[in-house]
Amino acid sequence: MSELYSLLVTPFVEFSFMRRALVACLALSLGAGPIGVFLVLRRMSLMGDAVSHAVLPGVAIGFLLSGLSVWAMSLGGVIAGLIVALLAGMTSRATGMKEDASLAGFYLASLALGVLIVSAAGSSVDLLHILFGSILAVDDEGLLLVVGVATLSMLLLATIFRSLVLECFDPVFARAVGAGGGWAYGIFMGLVVLNLVAAFQALGTLMAVGLMMLPALAARFWSEDIGTIIGTATVFAVVSSISGLLVSFHVEIASGPAIVLCAAVIYIASILLGTRSGLVARLLRRPHYHDPGEVRR
Amino acid sequence: MTPAIALTDVVVAYRRLPAVHHVSGTFEPGTLTAIAGPNGAGKSSLMKAIMGLLPMSSGRIDTAHVSPRHFAYLPQAPEIDRSFPVSVLQTVMFGAWQRTGAFRAVSKVDRECARACIANVGLDGYEHAPISALSTGQWHRALFARLILQDARVILLDEPFASLDERTTDELMALVHGWHRDGRSVIAVLHDLAFIRKHFPQTLLLARERVAWGATAEALSDANLATAKAMTDRWARDGERAPPRHHDHTGHAHA
Repeated sequence: MSELYSLLVTPFVEFSFMRRALVACLALSLGAGPIGVFLVLRRMSLMGDAVSHAVLPGVAIGFLLSGLSVWAMSLGGVIAGLIVALLAGMTSRATGMKEDASLAGFYLASLALGVLIVSAAGSSVDLLHILFGSILAVDDEGLLLVVGVATLSMLLLATIFRSLVLECFDPVFARAVGAGGGWAYGIFMGLVVLNLVAAFQALGTLMAVGLMMLPALAARFWSEDIGTIIGTATVFAVVSSISGLLVSFHVEIASGPAIVLCAAVIYIASILLGTRSGLVARLLRRPHYHDPGEVRR
Repeated sequence: MTPAIALTDVVVAYRRLPAVHHVSGTFEPGTLTAIAGPNGAGKSSLMKAIMGLLPMSSGRIDTAHVSPRHFAYLPQAPEIDRSFPVSVLQTVMFGAWQRTGAFRAVSKVDRECARACIANVGLDGYEHAPISALSTGQWHRALFARLILQDARVILLDEPFASLDERTTDELMALVHGWHRDGRSVIAVLHDLAFIRKHFPQTLLLARERVAWGATAEALSDANLATAKAMTDRWARDGERAPPRHHDHTGHAHA
């Protein structure tokens, strides 16, 4: 028993950096987990990566104006991310182009602009390195940012939930009954950018995108109900966070990749074992019915 | 009260090529009207224009102060991801949108109504089935259940029976007749002329322009059908390449 305690609990009791990392990861799991599910359902699974590039010019401008300030760079990043997401969304609405295509176009432009600003400023500081922090070095400001964003995300998602589901499920119907206009989706895109920037800042890109998408992708293998999927994704994210931190502590490996790899293990296990369309479930399919009388609904 | 839908000189154009060309006329309240015509005759475009889903190049659609958002609309082969993780009941419940909106609670009455609608289309027992488990016919029945729950005075259906078997078609068409008896207006885009003659008292024959509009037997006369075919052929042959001639109209080319 005491061995188990020292294995699972002691690291968090004895080291404050582990506690901070845990709180940051749990907050991110609660906010980003559900957001990832909507991205998967919207077939925008790669959006996180695109946004992580799109924020660069904003971060660079924030750095040029106020130096190494977490808040200035985050604000710049959020603004740049929102502009790109907004332009992409409006372009696809106005022209009928697919949203991922518009997003690819604008994020590449944004990335180029960011690189231009960084190189023109001739800064010796590696902005990407600063922006993409490390989970074990979360400071008070970073923690506050991540927790604040998670709180806001959960409240807003709960508020717009019905509109967002309809907008993703049947956009034509949403427009026909006047539920469209896309405001719910606009708020959602804002939340995606906000979550990613906050998480880049505190935890690093890989962590942010990984913890958002992998649990959502894994959860899709377990249920046909959107509520259950969101719950499952959140639980997967929490489990990955805790187990990843513990593994990194005991084995002494980098914590960010450890957490994402834990999420990846859950993802691969879900591909194999998932009850909805997992490979094993497909192999072990029970024999089909031969008579309508056998079918029980 | 069922509103009339009055079209005045409606033009809908894609890249200057008119899909609906100077169409005028009125869908009177409580009528059961088929919109017929060859492929590319602008039937779906006209429907989307009525719903406000497609901008008009010119003209006016007057719906007697009833916003089209209170109409029920079933698009042709709806672009819905059938693997989306919602149940039949959840899908049908969206039909109560005008009462629930984005934020209001779903009342027990609405939920019971939704169940009744599901039973009405013959899907009882499937309330909690994920939509991915439904066959094409069952999926269309679920969409009809959502239409019923919308309880609209005007119902627009775009090719509602395409790819459905005879039994499903008959049962869903019986629902349409029921709506007609209730005094609702039903407008359906259809291509099967025999089916239209059997079920629809009124027909609008469209070939980008209005060819005929009135009692089905007259609207679908041989002469009118020949005219519709000739007009569509002409646009198909010359329309894409014709040098645009400018009239006082802007925004679309004329043949």
